[in-house]
Amino acid sequence: MSGAVPLIRLRGLRKAFGSKQVLDGIDLDIATGTSLVIIGGSGSGKSVLIKCILGLIVPDEGVIEIDGINLAGLSGQAREKIRARFGMLFQNAALFDSLAVWENVAFGLLARHQITRKEARAAAVDVLAQVGLGPEIAALYPAELSGGMQKRVGLARAIAARPDILFFDEPTTGLDPIMGAVIDGLIVDCVKRLGSTAVAITHDMASARRIGDRAAMIYGGRIVWQGPAGDLMASGNPLVDQFTHGRREGPIQMELRR
Amino acid sequence: MVFDAIAALGRVVIAACGWTGRLALFALDGISHLVRPPFYGRMFVRALVEIGYFSLPVVALTAVFTGMVLALQSYTGFSRFSAESAIANLVVLSVTRELGPVLAGLMVAGRVGAAMAAELGTMRVTDQIDALSTLSTNPMKYLVTPRLLAAAIALPLLVVVADIIGVMGGFIIATAKLGFNPYVYLHNTIAFIETMDVVSGLVKAAVFGFLIALMGCFHGYNSRGGAEGVGAATTAAVVAASVLILAFDYGLTEMFFSR
Repeated sequence: MSGAVPLIRLRGLRKAFGSKQVLDGIDLDIATGTSLVIIGGSGSGKSVLIKCILGLIVPDEGVIEIDGINLAGLSGQAREKIRARFGMLFQNAALFDSLAVWENVAFGLLARHQITRKEARAAAVDVLAQVGLGPEIAALYPAELSGGMQKRVGLARAIAARPDILFFDEPTTGLDPIMGAVIDGLIVDCVKRLGSTAVAITHDMASARRIGDRAAMIYGGRIVWQGPAGDLMASGNPLVDQFTHGRREGPIQMELRR
Repeated sequence: MVFDAIAALGRVVIAACGWTGRLALFALDGISHLVRPPFYGRMFVRALVEIGYFSLPVVALTAVFTGMVLALQSYTGFSRFSAESAIANLVVLSVTRELGPVLAGLMVAGRVGAAMAAELGTMRVTDQIDALSTLSTNPMKYLVTPRLLAAAIALPLLVVVADIIGVMGGFIIATAKLGFNPYVYLHNTIAFIETMDVVSGLVKAAVFGFLIALMGCFHGYNSRGGAEGVGAATTAAVVAASVLILAFDYGLTEMFFSR
Protein backbone atom coordinates (compact mmCIF):
# COMPACT_ATOMS: atom_id res chain seq x y z
CA MET A 1 0.00 0.00 0.00
CA SER A 2 2.91 2.32 0.62
CA GLY A 3 3.50 4.85 -2.14
CA ALA A 4 0.24 4.21 -4.03
CA VAL A 5 -2.81 6.40 -3.38
CA PRO A 6 -5.34 4.27 -1.49
CA LEU A 7 -8.77 3.98 -3.10
CA ILE A 8 -10.42 5.05 0.16
CA ARG A 9 -8.49 7.25 2.59
CA LEU A 10 -9.93 8.43 5.91
CA ARG A 11 -8.14 10.88 8.16
CA GLY A 12 -9.25 12.21 11.55
CA LEU A 13 -12.90 11.31 10.97
CA ARG A 14 -15.05 12.45 13.89
CA LYS A 15 -18.78 12.27 14.41
CA ALA A 16 -20.82 12.87 17.57
CA PHE A 17 -24.54 12.46 18.20
CA GLY A 18 -25.35 14.81 21.07
CA SER A 19 -22.84 14.11 23.81
CA LYS A 20 -21.91 10.67 22.42
CA GLN A 21 -18.71 10.74 20.40
CA VAL A 22 -19.22 7.82 18.01
CA LEU A 23 -16.22 8.35 15.72
CA ASP A 24 -13.25 9.92 17.44
CA GLY A 25 -10.51 10.28 14.86
CA ILE A 26 -10.72 7.38 12.40
CA ASP A 27 -7.62 6.94 10.22
CA LEU A 28 -7.90 4.21 7.62
CA ASP A 29 -6.51 3.41 4.16
CA ILE A 30 -8.19 0.87 1.88
CA ALA A 31 -6.24 -0.17 -1.20
CA THR A 32 -7.82 -0.97 -4.56
CA GLY A 33 -8.99 -4.56 -4.79
CA THR A 34 -8.92 -5.13 -1.04
CA SER A 35 -11.76 -6.80 0.85
CA LEU A 36 -11.69 -5.11 4.24
CA VAL A 37 -13.83 -6.35 7.11
CA ILE A 38 -14.48 -3.93 9.95
CA ILE A 39 -15.43 -5.53 13.25
CA GLY A 40 -16.52 -3.94 16.49
CA GLY A 41 -19.20 -4.09 19.17
CA SER A 42 -22.78 -2.89 18.84
CA GLY A 43 -22.88 0.89 18.84
CA SER A 44 -19.17 1.19 18.15
CA GLY A 45 -19.80 3.29 15.04
CA LYS A 46 -19.24 0.77 12.24
CA SER A 47 -22.45 1.66 10.42
CA VAL A 48 -21.86 5.38 11.01
CA LEU A 49 -18.41 5.02 9.45
CA ILE A 50 -19.82 3.40 6.30
CA LYS A 51 -22.63 5.95 6.10
CA CYS A 52 -20.06 8.76 6.32
CA ILE A 53 -18.15 7.30 3.37
CA LEU A 54 -21.39 6.86 1.42
CA GLY A 55 -22.35 10.48 2.14
CA LEU A 56 -25.49 9.54 4.08
CA ILE A 57 -24.11 11.12 7.27
CA VAL A 58 -22.01 14.29 7.30
CA PRO A 59 -18.99 13.93 9.61
CA ASP A 60 -18.19 16.71 12.10
CA GLU A 61 -14.50 16.71 11.15
CA GLY A 62 -12.04 14.79 9.05
CA VAL A 63 -11.20 13.89 5.49
CA ILE A 64 -12.80 11.25 3.26
CA GLU A 65 -10.99 10.74 -0.02
CA ILE A 66 -11.96 8.43 -2.87
CA ASP A 67 -9.12 8.01 -5.36
CA GLY A 68 -7.48 11.09 -3.87
CA ILE A 69 -10.62 13.25 -4.25
CA ASN A 70 -11.87 14.83 -1.04
CA LEU A 71 -15.65 14.31 -0.84
CA ALA A 72 -16.11 17.36 1.38
CA GLY A 73 -15.17 19.73 -1.43
CA LEU A 74 -17.45 18.26 -4.07
CA SER A 75 -20.56 19.84 -5.55
CA GLY A 76 -23.77 17.85 -6.05
CA GLN A 77 -23.00 16.50 -9.52
CA ALA A 78 -19.36 15.64 -8.82
CA ARG A 79 -20.39 13.95 -5.58
CA GLU A 80 -23.04 12.00 -7.48
CA LYS A 81 -20.39 10.84 -9.96
CA ILE A 82 -18.35 9.43 -7.08
CA ARG A 83 -21.44 7.92 -5.49
CA ALA A 84 -22.26 6.13 -8.74
CA ARG A 85 -19.12 4.06 -8.09
CA PHE A 86 -20.64 2.68 -4.87
CA GLY A 87 -22.88 -0.32 -4.27
CA MET A 88 -24.38 -1.04 -0.88
CA LEU A 89 -26.00 -4.09 0.71
CA PHE A 90 -27.93 -2.91 3.77
CA GLN A 91 -28.29 -4.92 6.95
CA ASN A 92 -31.93 -5.82 6.32
CA ALA A 93 -31.55 -5.55 2.55
CA ALA A 94 -33.70 -2.35 2.56
CA LEU A 95 -35.62 -3.46 -0.52
CA PHE A 96 -38.35 -1.11 -1.74
CA ASP A 97 -41.61 -2.73 -0.59
CA SER A 98 -43.73 -1.16 -3.30
CA LEU A 99 -41.57 -2.37 -6.19
CA ALA A 100 -41.23 -5.84 -7.69
CA VAL A 101 -37.94 -7.68 -7.28
CA TRP A 102 -36.74 -6.84 -10.81
CA GLU A 103 -37.56 -3.15 -10.28
CA ASN A 104 -35.52 -3.20 -7.07
CA VAL A 105 -32.56 -4.79 -8.82
CA ALA A 106 -32.76 -2.49 -11.84
CA PHE A 107 -33.43 0.66 -9.81
CA GLY A 108 -29.86 1.97 -10.05
CA LEU A 109 -29.64 1.06 -13.73
CA LEU A 110 -32.80 3.02 -14.51
CA ALA A 111 -31.58 5.95 -12.42
CA ARG A 112 -28.07 6.09 -13.84
CA HIS A 113 -28.38 4.86 -17.40
CA GLN A 114 -30.64 5.69 -20.31
CA ILE A 115 -32.22 2.27 -20.74
CA THR A 116 -35.79 1.17 -21.29
CA ARG A 117 -37.75 -0.71 -18.66
CA LYS A 118 -37.69 -3.79 -20.90
CA GLU A 119 -33.89 -3.68 -21.08
CA ALA A 120 -33.72 -3.03 -17.35
CA ARG A 121 -35.87 -6.06 -16.61
CA ALA A 122 -33.67 -8.28 -18.79
CA ALA A 123 -30.57 -6.94 -17.04
CA ALA A 124 -32.18 -7.54 -13.63
CA VAL A 125 -32.96 -11.17 -14.51
CA ASP A 126 -29.30 -11.64 -15.53
CA VAL A 127 -28.05 -10.20 -12.23
CA LEU A 128 -30.54 -12.29 -10.24
CA ALA A 129 -29.06 -15.38 -11.91
CA GLN A 130 -25.62 -14.32 -10.65
CA VAL A 131 -26.91 -14.52 -7.06
CA GLY A 132 -28.62 -17.85 -7.64
CA LEU A 133 -32.20 -16.65 -8.17
CA GLY A 134 -34.33 -17.71 -11.11
CA PRO A 135 -36.38 -15.48 -13.42
CA GLU A 136 -39.60 -16.52 -11.66
CA ILE A 137 -38.48 -14.41 -8.68
CA ALA A 138 -38.35 -11.22 -10.74
CA ALA A 139 -42.08 -10.50 -10.61
CA LEU A 140 -42.47 -11.16 -6.87
CA TYR A 141 -42.52 -8.44 -4.22
CA PRO A 142 -40.02 -8.27 -1.31
CA ALA A 143 -42.68 -9.27 1.24
CA GLU A 144 -43.07 -12.60 -0.59
CA LEU A 145 -39.40 -13.53 -0.12
CA SER A 146 -37.57 -15.22 2.76
CA GLY A 147 -34.82 -13.36 4.63
CA GLY A 148 -32.08 -15.15 2.70
CA MET A 149 -33.72 -14.39 -0.65
CA GLN A 150 -34.13 -10.75 0.33
CA LYS A 151 -30.41 -10.60 1.08
CA ARG A 152 -29.66 -12.10 -2.34
CA VAL A 153 -31.92 -9.57 -4.03
CA GLY A 154 -30.22 -6.81 -2.01
CA LEU A 155 -26.85 -8.12 -3.21
CA ALA A 156 -28.12 -8.23 -6.79
CA ARG A 157 -29.26 -4.61 -6.48
CA ALA A 158 -25.87 -3.61 -5.06
CA ILE A 159 -23.90 -5.17 -7.93
CA ALA A 160 -26.34 -4.47 -10.80
CA ALA A 161 -24.61 -1.27 -11.91
CA ARG A 162 -21.18 -2.96 -11.63
CA PRO A 163 -19.80 -0.61 -8.94
CA ASP A 164 -16.09 -0.62 -8.19
CA ILE A 165 -16.59 -0.11 -4.44
CA LEU A 166 -19.01 -2.37 -2.57
CA PHE A 167 -20.20 -1.93 1.02
CA PHE A 168 -21.83 -4.66 3.09
CA ASP A 169 -23.55 -3.84 6.38
CA GLU A 170 -23.72 -7.03 8.47
CA PRO A 171 -24.59 -9.24 5.49
CA THR A 172 -25.27 -12.41 7.51
CA THR A 173 -27.25 -10.92 10.41
CA GLY A 174 -30.55 -12.72 10.91
CA LEU A 175 -29.64 -15.68 8.68
CA ASP A 176 -29.02 -19.28 9.66
CA PRO A 177 -25.36 -20.40 9.45
CA ILE A 178 -25.80 -22.24 6.16
CA MET A 179 -27.57 -19.33 4.47
CA GLY A 180 -24.95 -17.01 6.00
CA ALA A 181 -22.20 -19.06 4.35
CA VAL A 182 -24.12 -19.01 1.05
CA ILE A 183 -24.42 -15.20 1.16
CA ASP A 184 -20.73 -14.87 2.05
CA GLY A 185 -19.83 -17.10 -0.87
CA LEU A 186 -21.94 -14.99 -3.22
CA ILE A 187 -20.32 -11.82 -1.91
CA VAL A 188 -16.82 -13.22 -2.50
CA ASP A 189 -17.80 -14.40 -6.01
CA CYS A 190 -19.35 -11.04 -6.91
CA VAL A 191 -16.40 -9.03 -5.59
CA LYS A 192 -13.96 -11.22 -7.54
CA ARG A 193 -16.03 -11.16 -10.72
CA LEU A 194 -16.42 -7.37 -10.67
CA GLY A 195 -12.86 -6.78 -9.47
CA SER A 196 -14.32 -4.45 -6.85
CA THR A 197 -12.97 -3.14 -3.59
CA ALA A 198 -15.17 -4.28 -0.71
CA VAL A 199 -15.80 -2.93 2.77
CA ALA A 200 -17.92 -5.10 5.07
CA ILE A 201 -18.91 -4.65 8.68
CA THR A 202 -19.90 -7.64 10.73
CA HIS A 203 -20.08 -9.21 14.18
CA ASP A 204 -19.85 -12.67 12.67
CA MET A 205 -16.24 -13.92 12.91
CA ALA A 206 -16.79 -16.82 10.50
CA SER A 207 -18.25 -14.37 7.99
CA ALA A 208 -15.36 -11.93 8.56
CA ARG A 209 -12.79 -14.63 7.73
CA ARG A 210 -14.73 -15.76 4.67
CA ILE A 211 -15.28 -12.31 3.16
CA GLY A 212 -12.18 -10.37 4.12
CA ASP A 213 -8.57 -10.48 3.14
CA ARG A 214 -7.88 -7.66 5.60
CA ALA A 215 -9.62 -6.74 8.85
CA ALA A 216 -9.80 -3.75 11.17
CA MET A 217 -11.36 -3.31 14.57
CA ILE A 218 -13.12 -0.16 15.73
CA TYR A 219 -13.34 0.57 19.45
CA GLY A 220 -13.84 3.83 21.32
CA GLY A 221 -14.40 5.61 18.03
CA ARG A 222 -10.95 4.69 16.66
CA ILE A 223 -9.33 1.94 14.62
CA VAL A 224 -7.46 0.00 17.30
CA TRP A 225 -6.10 -2.79 15.10
CA GLN A 226 -5.79 -3.75 11.47
CA GLY A 227 -4.12 -6.61 9.72
CA PRO A 228 -4.73 -9.71 7.61
CA ALA A 229 -8.17 -11.25 8.18
CA GLY A 230 -6.46 -14.59 8.78
CA ASP A 231 -4.85 -13.13 11.93
CA LEU A 232 -8.15 -12.11 13.50
CA MET A 233 -8.31 -15.03 15.96
CA ALA A 234 -4.67 -14.64 17.00
CA SER A 235 -3.96 -10.95 16.57
CA GLY A 236 -2.06 -10.47 19.82
CA ASN A 237 -4.19 -7.36 20.47
CA PRO A 238 -6.11 -7.81 23.76
CA LEU A 239 -9.12 -5.83 22.46
CA VAL A 240 -9.37 -7.92 19.29
CA ASP A 241 -8.75 -11.16 21.17
CA GLN A 242 -11.52 -10.47 23.68
CA PHE A 243 -13.94 -9.51 20.90
CA THR A 244 -13.18 -12.37 18.52
CA HIS A 245 -13.30 -14.97 21.30
CA GLY A 246 -16.39 -13.43 22.89
CA ARG A 247 -14.91 -13.20 26.40
CA ARG A 248 -16.77 -11.29 29.08
CA GLU A 249 -13.56 -10.37 30.89
CA GLY A 250 -11.02 -8.10 29.28
CA PRO A 251 -10.25 -4.52 28.40
CA ILE A 252 -13.57 -3.96 26.58
CA GLN A 253 -16.19 -2.82 29.02
CA MET A 254 -19.66 -3.08 27.49
CA GLU A 255 -22.05 -0.25 28.26
CA LEU A 256 -24.86 -2.01 30.10
CA ARG A 257 -26.38 1.21 31.33
CA ARG A 258 -26.61 4.65 29.81
CA MET B 1 -39.92 30.12 40.00
CA VAL B 2 -40.75 32.94 37.60
CA PHE B 3 -37.44 32.49 35.83
CA ASP B 4 -38.09 28.75 35.47
CA ALA B 5 -41.40 29.50 33.78
CA ILE B 6 -39.76 32.03 31.47
CA ALA B 7 -36.99 29.56 30.65
CA ALA B 8 -39.55 26.86 29.87
CA LEU B 9 -41.47 29.28 27.67
CA GLY B 10 -38.24 30.22 25.93
CA ARG B 11 -37.44 26.58 25.22
CA VAL B 12 -40.90 26.06 23.73
CA VAL B 13 -40.55 29.15 21.53
CA ILE B 14 -37.08 28.12 20.35
CA ALA B 15 -38.30 24.58 19.61
CA ALA B 16 -41.29 25.97 17.69
CA CYS B 17 -39.04 28.30 15.68
CA GLY B 18 -36.69 25.40 14.91
CA TRP B 19 -39.59 23.19 13.81
CA THR B 20 -41.02 25.94 11.61
CA GLY B 21 -37.63 26.56 10.03
CA ARG B 22 -37.04 22.87 9.32
CA LEU B 23 -40.54 22.56 7.86
CA ALA B 24 -40.05 25.63 5.65
CA LEU B 25 -36.71 24.33 4.34
CA PHE B 26 -38.25 20.91 3.71
CA ALA B 27 -41.15 22.49 1.79
CA LEU B 28 -38.82 24.70 -0.28
CA ASP B 29 -36.60 21.73 -1.09
CA GLY B 30 -39.63 19.70 -2.16
CA ILE B 31 -41.01 22.54 -4.32
CA SER B 32 -37.62 23.29 -5.87
CA HIS B 33 -37.50 19.82 -7.45
CA LEU B 34 -40.61 20.67 -9.49
CA VAL B 35 -38.37 22.61 -11.87
CA ARG B 36 -35.20 20.51 -11.60
CA PRO B 37 -35.05 17.26 -13.63
CA PRO B 38 -35.22 14.32 -13.53
CA PHE B 39 -38.97 14.09 -12.96
CA TYR B 40 -40.62 10.92 -11.71
CA GLY B 41 -43.88 10.86 -13.67
CA ARG B 42 -44.66 7.31 -12.60
CA MET B 43 -44.49 8.28 -8.92
CA PHE B 44 -46.66 11.34 -9.60
CA VAL B 45 -49.36 9.30 -11.35
CA ARG B 46 -49.26 6.69 -8.60
CA ALA B 47 -49.70 9.40 -5.94
CA LEU B 48 -52.47 11.07 -7.94
CA VAL B 49 -54.42 7.81 -8.18
CA GLU B 50 -53.82 7.02 -4.50
CA ILE B 51 -54.86 10.46 -3.28
CA GLY B 52 -57.56 11.30 -5.80
CA TYR B 53 -59.20 8.14 -7.06
CA PHE B 54 -59.06 6.06 -3.89
CA SER B 55 -60.31 8.96 -1.72
CA LEU B 56 -63.42 9.41 -3.85
CA PRO B 57 -65.72 7.10 -1.82
CA VAL B 58 -64.97 8.66 1.55
CA VAL B 59 -65.16 12.21 0.20
CA ALA B 60 -68.39 11.48 -1.68
CA LEU B 61 -70.03 9.94 1.37
CA THR B 62 -68.97 12.86 3.55
CA ALA B 63 -70.27 15.36 1.01
CA VAL B 64 -73.66 13.72 0.43
CA PHE B 65 -74.45 13.42 4.13
CA THR B 66 -73.22 16.95 4.80
CA GLY B 67 -75.52 18.34 2.09
CA MET B 68 -78.44 16.32 3.48
CA VAL B 69 -77.86 17.50 7.05
CA LEU B 70 -77.42 21.10 5.91
CA ALA B 71 -80.79 21.04 4.13
CA LEU B 72 -82.52 19.49 7.12
CA GLN B 73 -81.00 21.80 9.72
CA SER B 74 -81.44 24.96 7.71
CA TYR B 75 -85.08 24.08 7.06
CA THR B 76 -85.61 23.75 10.82
CA GLY B 77 -84.20 27.21 11.40
CA PHE B 78 -85.41 29.06 8.29
CA SER B 79 -88.98 27.81 8.50
CA ARG B 80 -89.40 29.84 11.71
CA PHE B 81 -88.85 33.00 9.66
CA SER B 82 -90.60 31.78 6.50
CA ALA B 83 -87.24 31.88 4.72
CA GLU B 84 -87.28 28.33 3.34
CA SER B 85 -86.45 29.60 -0.13
CA ALA B 86 -82.95 30.47 1.11
CA ILE B 87 -82.13 26.82 1.82
CA ALA B 88 -80.79 26.16 -1.68
CA ASN B 89 -78.63 29.26 -1.41
CA LEU B 90 -77.26 28.28 2.00
CA VAL B 91 -76.51 24.72 0.96
CA VAL B 92 -74.62 25.65 -2.19
CA LEU B 93 -72.63 28.46 -0.57
CA SER B 94 -71.76 26.39 2.51
CA VAL B 95 -70.68 23.41 0.45
CA THR B 96 -68.65 25.23 -2.20
CA ARG B 97 -67.00 27.82 0.02
CA GLU B 98 -66.38 25.90 3.24
CA LEU B 99 -67.63 22.42 3.87
CA GLY B 100 -66.55 20.89 0.58
CA PRO B 101 -62.86 21.82 0.86
CA VAL B 102 -62.61 21.59 4.64
CA LEU B 103 -64.34 18.25 5.08
CA ALA B 104 -62.65 16.75 2.02
CA GLY B 105 -59.34 18.04 3.41
CA LEU B 106 -59.94 16.52 6.83
CA MET B 107 -61.00 13.21 5.32
CA VAL B 108 -57.98 13.07 3.02
CA ALA B 109 -55.70 14.11 5.90
CA GLY B 110 -56.94 11.12 7.88
CA ARG B 111 -56.66 8.71 4.99
CA VAL B 112 -53.77 9.89 2.84
CA GLY B 113 -51.71 12.00 5.26
CA ALA B 114 -51.51 9.09 7.67
CA ALA B 115 -50.61 6.67 4.88
CA MET B 116 -47.85 8.95 3.58
CA ALA B 117 -46.34 9.39 7.03
CA ALA B 118 -46.50 5.65 7.70
CA GLU B 119 -44.98 4.72 4.32
CA LEU B 120 -42.14 7.23 4.43
CA GLY B 121 -41.58 6.57 8.14
CA THR B 122 -41.24 2.86 7.49
CA MET B 123 -38.91 3.56 4.60
CA ARG B 124 -36.81 5.74 6.89
CA VAL B 125 -36.47 3.24 9.74
CA THR B 126 -35.78 0.33 7.36
CA ASP B 127 -33.00 2.23 5.51
CA GLN B 128 -34.98 2.36 2.26
CA ILE B 129 -34.52 6.15 2.06
CA ASP B 130 -30.76 5.72 2.51
CA ALA B 131 -30.87 3.02 -0.15
CA LEU B 132 -32.40 5.51 -2.60
CA SER B 133 -29.44 7.84 -2.03
CA THR B 134 -26.96 5.04 -2.72
CA LEU B 135 -28.77 4.36 -6.00
CA SER B 136 -28.24 7.89 -7.36
CA THR B 137 -31.78 8.94 -6.56
CA ASN B 138 -32.60 12.03 -4.52
CA PRO B 139 -35.21 10.89 -1.96
CA MET B 140 -36.86 14.32 -1.84
CA LYS B 141 -37.24 14.34 -5.61
CA TYR B 142 -38.47 10.73 -5.77
CA LEU B 143 -40.68 10.52 -2.69
CA VAL B 144 -41.76 14.00 -1.63
CA THR B 145 -42.13 16.23 -4.70
CA PRO B 146 -44.52 13.91 -6.62
CA ARG B 147 -46.73 13.62 -3.52
CA LEU B 148 -46.82 17.39 -2.94
CA LEU B 149 -47.80 18.05 -6.55
CA ALA B 150 -50.29 15.18 -6.73
CA ALA B 151 -52.05 16.24 -3.52
CA ALA B 152 -52.28 19.89 -4.62
CA ILE B 153 -53.92 18.74 -7.88
CA ALA B 154 -56.04 15.86 -6.56
CA LEU B 155 -57.80 17.69 -3.74
CA PRO B 156 -59.40 20.38 -5.97
CA LEU B 157 -60.63 17.59 -8.25
CA LEU B 158 -62.09 15.81 -5.24
CA VAL B 159 -63.71 19.05 -4.09
CA VAL B 160 -65.39 19.51 -7.48
CA VAL B 161 -66.95 16.09 -6.96
CA ALA B 162 -67.75 16.90 -3.31
CA ASP B 163 -69.44 20.17 -4.34
CA ILE B 164 -71.69 18.44 -6.85
CA ILE B 165 -72.55 15.54 -4.55
CA GLY B 166 -73.04 17.83 -1.53
CA VAL B 167 -75.51 20.00 -3.45
CA MET B 168 -77.21 16.86 -4.68
CA GLY B 169 -77.55 15.66 -1.08
CA GLY B 170 -79.34 18.89 -0.17
CA PHE B 171 -81.46 18.61 -3.31
CA ILE B 172 -82.56 15.07 -2.45
CA ILE B 173 -83.66 16.01 1.07
CA ALA B 174 -85.28 19.26 -0.03
CA THR B 175 -87.32 17.65 -2.80
CA ALA B 176 -87.99 14.16 -1.41
CA LYS B 177 -88.54 15.01 2.26
CA LEU B 178 -89.27 18.72 2.57
CA GLY B 179 -91.53 19.05 -0.47
CA PHE B 180 -89.54 21.59 -2.50
CA ASN B 181 -90.14 21.90 -6.21
CA PRO B 182 -87.07 20.37 -7.91
CA TYR B 183 -86.98 22.99 -10.66
CA VAL B 184 -87.21 25.90 -8.21
CA TYR B 185 -84.56 24.40 -5.93
CA LEU B 186 -82.10 23.94 -8.80
CA HIS B 187 -82.93 27.37 -10.16
CA ASN B 188 -82.19 28.95 -6.76
CA THR B 189 -78.99 26.98 -6.47
CA ILE B 190 -77.68 28.11 -9.87
CA ALA B 191 -78.96 31.66 -9.55
CA PHE B 192 -77.18 32.41 -6.31
CA ILE B 193 -73.82 30.76 -6.87
CA GLU B 194 -70.97 32.90 -8.20
CA THR B 195 -67.72 31.91 -9.83
CA MET B 196 -65.76 33.16 -6.83
CA ASP B 197 -67.64 30.80 -4.51
CA VAL B 198 -66.36 27.80 -6.43
CA VAL B 199 -62.91 29.20 -7.21
CA SER B 200 -62.23 30.10 -3.58
CA GLY B 201 -63.13 26.56 -2.55
CA LEU B 202 -60.83 25.07 -5.17
CA VAL B 203 -57.94 27.33 -4.17
CA LYS B 204 -58.49 26.31 -0.56
CA ALA B 205 -58.50 22.68 -1.63
CA ALA B 206 -55.18 23.05 -3.46
CA VAL B 207 -53.61 24.64 -0.38
CA PHE B 208 -55.08 21.97 1.90
CA GLY B 209 -53.82 19.21 -0.40
CA PHE B 210 -50.33 20.66 -0.32
CA LEU B 211 -50.47 20.95 3.49
CA ILE B 212 -51.67 17.35 3.90
CA ALA B 213 -48.86 15.98 1.73
CA LEU B 214 -46.31 18.28 3.35
CA MET B 215 -47.24 17.14 6.86
CA GLY B 216 -47.37 13.48 5.87
CA CYS B 217 -44.03 13.60 4.08
CA PHE B 218 -42.27 15.82 6.65
CA HIS B 219 -43.21 13.71 9.65
CA GLY B 220 -42.64 10.42 7.86
CA TYR B 221 -39.34 11.47 6.31
CA ASN B 222 -37.98 12.61 9.67
CA SER B 223 -39.35 9.78 11.81
CA ARG B 224 -36.99 7.99 14.15
CA GLY B 225 -36.98 5.02 16.47
CA GLY B 226 -38.70 2.06 14.84
CA ALA B 227 -42.38 1.21 14.99
CA GLU B 228 -43.09 3.62 17.85
CA GLY B 229 -41.48 6.47 15.90
CA VAL B 230 -43.51 5.66 12.80
CA GLY B 231 -46.70 5.61 14.89
CA ALA B 232 -45.84 8.98 16.44
CA ALA B 233 -45.06 10.42 13.00
CA THR B 234 -48.41 9.22 11.65
CA THR B 235 -50.33 10.78 14.53
CA ALA B 236 -48.38 14.03 14.28
CA ALA B 237 -48.96 14.21 10.52
CA VAL B 238 -52.74 13.87 10.84
CA VAL B 239 -53.05 16.24 13.81
CA ALA B 240 -50.79 18.89 12.25
CA ALA B 241 -52.53 18.68 8.87
CA SER B 242 -55.98 18.94 10.48
CA VAL B 243 -55.05 21.97 12.57
CA LEU B 244 -53.31 23.67 9.64
CA ILE B 245 -56.35 23.07 7.39
CA LEU B 246 -58.60 24.85 9.87
CA ALA B 247 -56.11 27.68 10.44
CA PHE B 248 -55.47 28.22 6.73
CA ASP B 249 -59.21 28.00 6.07
CA TYR B 250 -59.72 31.05 8.25
CA GLY B 251 -56.82 32.89 6.62
CA LEU B 252 -57.98 32.13 3.09
CA THR B 253 -61.58 33.04 3.91
CA GLU B 254 -60.34 36.39 5.20
CA MET B 255 -58.34 36.83 2.02
CA PHE B 256 -61.22 36.04 -0.33
CA PHE B 257 -64.27 37.43 1.40
CA SER B 258 -63.39 40.03 4.06
CA ARG B 259 -64.68 43.43 3.19
